[in-house]
Amino acid sequence: MSEPDAAGFEPKIIAYVCNWCTYLGADLAGTNRLQYPANVRIVRLPCTGRIDFNLVVKAFEIGADAVLISGCHPGDCHYTAGNYHARRRWMLFRELLDTLGIELDRVHFHWISAAEGRKFQQVMTEITEKTRQMGPYRAYREICQS
Amino acid sequence: MSTQERLHETCRRLLEEGTVQVVIGYAHTAPGEPAFPVFISDPADVGQLVWNRCCLANLTKYLLRQEIRALGKPAIFVKGCDERALVVLQRESQIDPAQMLSIGVACRGEESPRHAACAACDVRRPRFCDIMIDEVPDDPPPVAASSAAARYADLEIFLTKTPAERVAYWTEELSRCVKCYACRQACPLCYCQRCIADKNRPTSIDTSATLKGNFAWHITRAFHLAGRCVGCDQCTRACPAGIDLRLLNLSLARAAELQFAYRAGIDRQADPPIGTCSERDQESFIQ
Repeated sequence: MSEPDAAGFEPKIIAYVCNWCTYLGADLAGTNRLQYPANVRIVRLPCTGRIDFNLVVKAFEIGADAVLISGCHPGDCHYTAGNYHARRRWMLFRELLDTLGIELDRVHFHWISAAEGRKFQQVMTEITEKTRQMGPYRAYREICQS
Repeated sequence: MSTQERLHETCRRLLEEGTVQVVIGYAHTAPGEPAFPVFISDPADVGQLVWNRCCLANLTKYLLRQEIRALGKPAIFVKGCDERALVVLQRESQIDPAQMLSIGVACRGEESPRHAACAACDVRRPRFCDIMIDEVPDDPPPVAASSAAARYADLEIFLTKTPAERVAYWTEELSRCVKCYACRQACPLCYCQRCIADKNRPTSIDTSATLKGNFAWHITRAFHLAGRCVGCDQCTRACPAGIDLRLLNLSLARAAELQFAYRAGIDRQADPPIGTCSERDQESFIQ
């Protein structure tokens, strides 16, 4: 994989989103013609409760510079409690990532509802800009290429 | 009557009366060597059983094995940490307490070198066993060991490193992993019939013993034990490469204790953090 130089660095961001809220938020952003950076690759999953922690690892393995996980606000889950289960899992998983020294600044969590097209646009822009400033995530890439 | 004699007598009686069909215990090896597991079905063989400070294995692992289950109703020796594993296994419906008998032995911890997990242990005496042998440990736990600070002291020291130093540490450590999966095989709570590491359609965890696959494996192994690991440290003992997996387990145990006031296998009634949920969980990282 060729590495663009610092000036030409375009962050790769993988967004794991839930089908019922954030994906529809993205859809709303689209139908409202709200521009957001093309750096984001959206992966749609049934529920935040379905987002396996391995997917975060996988994203970094294949060269993501940042990962976003987003779903329904608390109380809004299509399956009643999927996002509550997910929240607990991330509360623990972040500690493990921290112990391993994986940069927590590169794993983002948001609640974005189907009505929040504007929030979707803002979050994607913020994450892209933040990741652009942090630069490519070389540490995990080096682990995966050695 | 010595502990050893009482142990022999109890096991002989259990087998002769037919209360159990097999005793899962420890047998003597060379002095100073870890005692190996033994499965006694004949009352005449109970003399093989020993209890000393070389009895390190967590035998609860064997309760779920098909070939051991085929031997009939078991009586099993458990130390305090092993009993915590029993509590979790029961909670996860993996064992039926009515179909087994637990024989508790008070434990003084691994002797020399003093094992880190044993030094901070606060469950030296099993609490829920059907039969207790060796009621009073002559070496009560140090007071400091019962505090969370003592349990997670090694982790706290490790976390004073910067993230870059931590990645460097794990890169060095995990580069030695040969993917033998001894950590998985030794763990009483790693009981999936088909481990995710063995599934290849699709491959979640890179199968080769490269850093990529090793990181993926050790993240998965640790996190599949989130809020379940009882800290018996069999994984670290089993590791032929000497990787200190305890730090990863501790990070999740500490998170479970601090955020959900939960310690695996301590309270038989408590709900584990994973698999249950609450509207009242407090975090600050989801925007």
